Amino acid sequence: MKCEACGERDSVVSLTQVVEGEARTVGLCERCAAEKGIQTAASVEQTPLGGFLSALWKTAEPGSPAELSPAGKCPGCGASFADFRDSGRLGCAECYRVFEPALRVLLRRYHGSTHHHGRRHVSPGTPTEGSTDDLTAGLRQQLRLAIEAENFELAAQLRDRLKELA
Amino acid sequence: MIDLSLVSDGGIGWLDGSGPQSHLVLSTRVRLARNLAGHPFPIRSTESDREAILSEVEDAAAAIGSLRGSASLRLDRLGRTDRQLLHERHLVSKELAAPDADFPPKTGSAVLLQGHLGTMVNEEDHLRLQGLFSGLALEAAWAGVGTLDAELGQRLAFAFHPEFGYLTSCPTNVGTGLRASVLIHLPGLVLTKEINKVLQSLVQVGLTFRGLYGEGSEVVGNFFQLSNQTTLGKSENELLDHLGKIVRQVIGYEEQAREVLLRDAPGVIEDKVWRAYGLLRYARAVSFEEAMNLLSGVRLGVGLGLIPDVAVYTLNKLLVFTQPAHLSAMAGVDLAEDELPTRRADYVRRTLDEEAGRRP
Repeated sequence: MKCEACGERDSVVSLTQVVEGEARTVGLCERCAAEKGIQTAASVEQTPLGGFLSALWKTAEPGSPAELSPAGKCPGCGASFADFRDSGRLGCAECYRVFEPALRVLLRRYHGSTHHHGRRHVSPGTPTEGSTDDLTAGLRQQLRLAIEAENFELAAQLRDRLKELA
Repeated sequence: MIDLSLVSDGGIGWLDGSGPQSHLVLSTRVRLARNLAGHPFPIRSTESDREAILSEVEDAAAAIGSLRGSASLRLDRLGRTDRQLLHERHLVSKELAAPDADFPPKTGSAVLLQGHLGTMVNEEDHLRLQGLFSGLALEAAWAGVGTLDAELGQRLAFAFHPEFGYLTSCPTNVGTGLRASVLIHLPGLVLTKEINKVLQSLVQVGLTFRGLYGEGSEVVGNFFQLSNQTTLGKSENELLDHLGKIVRQVIGYEEQAREVLLRDAPGVIEDKVWRAYGLLRYARAVSFEEAMNLLSGVRLGVGLGLIPDVAVYTLNKLLVFTQPAHLSAMAGVDLAEDELPTRRADYVRRTLDEEAGRRP
């Protein structure tokens, strides 16, 4: 069966879409599927970010191509932005600083945000209680669940660990 | 062969079916991706980087309560079947298990395990902290993994960015680094053909679904892994609450679908589940995929109260122990591909004979 979009290549993906309550299935070739942003086994294998990255670069906002294809290499690990596009993986923490403008666009598109709202890491040795709070809260939560589950042996161990912290 | 007696419960405590909703939800997993500051991520790391990271992590693990007495298993020093066995138990990812003979595990690939908790080392990120719990147990899993993270974070400097949060090799994990997945059995929705609608709506609310073995794996036996898609912009608790809320809705839909099946086609369903049970009880050769599908039918029969006296634990155990590396481990030799179907059928018959009641 030929691809129903281009009519040239063989269809390898069947796409079922529900339009106004009616399911419709079309057969597509790999390239046309990728253009519609559908991941195929082959595209996923090529890069973990699969169709997402290629779609992102195709639909880049006008006026921002340079920003989305930064030149140069990361001084931390030697990786280029092209390496990242090929593998879907950054080489080190420094890459986030070197390629920040491009990554910022990517993060906003993928996660809908660039701001972390979760727990914050406090480097060991920093004089602050931040990470101890997370630890105590976690142990208290485990203790409550252990008591609810009537696992008193675990509860006693958790109580000892909380005492060590106090 | 690997000595899993060093690992409490062999790392499969979650099989016992003791958790909430365990008739539908097999397990809950929470993982956190973490990297050590000052080292390149694994994709760019050298052998000595990897060794250094593993030794830093082992030192930290020895000093914290969550991993006290943990077993440390180096994948780069295990044979293929042993690595595959750990993967079949959901204790390491396929990437870390490296089952393909042409791409052996990289130096320093390891997993530290203690009870429900553990961490993979030198996987896609330096650390993948993980907790695996029976049933729908997002709160317990987060309490365990969150504590492990806080304890390790007091001893290890993690790569952390003030705006982006925890830095990960793949930007899809950045921020919290948290992926929570619930492994759920949805035969009712598959049989009533409602499943696509449900899966499509999951994607619309920011969740994703995968097969039994996570990323890239196929859906077999009507088991779906539902998890959060994004990791940045929401707190850990917001991500977990959202997933939990949606999973409870999906459970509701599955229960409705089962009521519809029992109401509209009771004879068909009863025949289907007993046929599955009959095949498992008497067949002499069963492929893995067939076993998964038959076990799905029996699990549905047990859930509907049609098949008595088969425990969820027995079904969970069959799911794990009918896989190739487990069959080889029980046989004490590496079994050839063509020996597996008969060995599998033997094991299933024996287990059901010992553990399941007979038809009243």
